[in-house]
Amino acid sequence: MKMVRTLAALALTAIWCAPVVAQQATVRITIKDHRFSPSEPHAPASQAFAIVVKNLDSTASEFESKTLRVEKVVAPGGEITMRIRPLNAGRYHFFDDFHQDTTEGELVVE
Amino acid sequence: MLGALIIVFREVIEAGLIVGIVLAVTRGVPGRGLHVAAGLAAGLLGAALVAVFAGELADAFSGAGQEIFNAGVLALAVVMLAWHNIWMASHGREMAANLKNVGQAVAEGSRTLTALSIVVAVAVLREGSEVVLFLYGIVASGAAGFHELLLGGTIGLASGALLSALMFLGLVAIPARHLFRVTTALITFLAAGMAAQCVVFLQQAGYVTALSRTVWDTSSVLPDDSLLGRVLHTLFGYVDQPSGMQLAVYLSVLAVIFVATKLASPSHVSRKRVSMA
Repeated sequence: MKMVRTLAALALTAIWCAPVVAQQATVRITIKDHRFSPSEPHAPASQAFAIVVKNLDSTASEFESKTLRVEKVVAPGGEITMRIRPLNAGRYHFFDDFHQDTTEGELVVE
Repeated sequence: MLGALIIVFREVIEAGLIVGIVLAVTRGVPGRGLHVAAGLAAGLLGAALVAVFAGELADAFSGAGQEIFNAGVLALAVVMLAWHNIWMASHGREMAANLKNVGQAVAEGSRTLTALSIVVAVAVLREGSEVVLFLYGIVASGAAGFHELLLGGTIGLASGALLSALMFLGLVAIPARHLFRVTTALITFLAAGMAAQCVVFLQQAGYVTALSRTVWDTSSVLPDDSLLGRVLHTLFGYVDQPSGMQLAVYLSVLAVIFVATKLASPSHVSRKRVSMA
């Protein structure tokens, strides 16, 4: 029980200490007709940033990238935010896990 | 149809392997069928709820609702698995001492049945909600006929169930006196892998930023979205591009459960002597 309480306390602390996205760069991507737009967004290298994905379709999507290490469901008409660690310059593939054949793109970090 | 088949199969593997392990661990325990079934039912219900409220969940906690939810249920599963292992170690002396009563000794494990049914529920919940969202998407977009969808989903489900049956049969083929050691180790790895996955969600939400560098990249050798990669991911927490923090948490949880299980066993010295005899 004590462990459970400690864990709960830790979890709450973590929630309160959530970093505020103040000066962070933000990459905005929309999904429409199962296409990412832009499909080749750019992001700055060596600094943390956020990716915001808005889903304009009537079906759910799951924004996923192995190399960016993210996986998040976007409800129909919904919007999600993901925090990305500082990255090395390069190209990072991402896709909609629910529509892999049509919906993919590459983040260009430079 | 193939799309539905692949995605359902993929998601069922993870939950299925875990159900297979839980069934093997609880072999001979009275009331285990009910507990596992209750875990499955709770997981399916939860999955449907998560799918229906996906939008609301995502908006909770200033956009970090999904991550907190996923990290939370994973942490719960880790605690339950650890507790099961430690409890079994501290009460499992009879097992080694009197091999004839293995069934009875395993029955001691009924105490931790609830913990294991929570683990089953969590596994089904996490994978199931994705299946629901995906299949609903197909129906809504009219991309495939309902019958094709049903067929694909059913084949996917059946193949996943077959894999979990193989897991179960493989485990119960292990001689009883080794089974306890094997399942204890399996559960320890399972818990460590889940803890590492928990870290991924906390990193994605921005709560964890330390040690974010990728430690190794084996995605060209063994991608973790391949069949073997997924099985290894579920069982041992294999990841093809782990961050330093994932690795650190994985190793820590592994060490903590291992040491706690050792310490909890009443007299592992005398147990060793008995099992050698």
